[in-house]
Amino acid sequence: MRVTVKFFAALREVVGSRELQLQLDDGSTVASLLERLSREYPRLGALCQAAAPTVNQEYSSLGAELHEGDEVVFIPPVSGGCDDL
Amino acid sequence: MICRITRDKIDTPALLEAVKHPEAGAVLAFEGIARNNSLGRRVLYLVYDAYPEMAEKKLRQIGEEIAAKWGITRLAMVHRIGRLEISEASLVIALASAHRADGFAACRYALERIKAILPVWKKEVWENGEEWIEGKDFAPFDQEAALKR
Repeated sequence: MRVTVKFFAALREVVGSRELQLQLDDGSTVASLLERLSREYPRLGALCQAAAPTVNQEYSSLGAELHEGDEVVFIPPVSGGCDDL
Repeated sequence: MICRITRDKIDTPALLEAVKHPEAGAVLAFEGIARNNSLGRRVLYLVYDAYPEMAEKKLRQIGEEIAAKWGITRLAMVHRIGRLEISEASLVIALASAHRADGFAACRYALERIKAILPVWKKEVWENGEEWIEGKDFAPFDQEAALKR
């Protein structure tokens, strides 16, 4: 199956592109996708430690099974809103 | 309900006008502003990035939560992305409510939920470097976190 992985903010700078189309084995999970990405982009794994995965624009989990055409984004701790920290 | 991610300057007075309603006795706006300092460093400017499709969807979700809790539907939440100069608004929340207590509570709730779940990131650019900032209020799975603060 084919999935799309999009990257934003720090992750985009590490990967060097906005999105990747990846061919995965059937039964792949978010965790196995992250494992594969971490092998190809070693710095990505560390950045994704505190990240929340999303599948098709909803917060998901590492154990979630992926399906053909899914869009996956790893969300590092967000820092939008006001700037009063 | 206005839920928007934009690269343009946010027109707060226009949003206040948009949410006003004859039955609403309280109208308020909150602006999140790009500050010139962070942890003792001088900030030159900020760069915001977003996952825009999901961010607008999450703003609508927050709006629905507010409608369910307080019955407030005259609501605008706009987050700006791209490069922001110091003193420019990154976020504006504007709403109209029948009474002030609900209005202030809903505005605070919107802000805390935005800081907890909205897929938007801030990069600080200083005189000698830059960094994507990790938010300390990130709580994507805790629906009640915002109310407890």
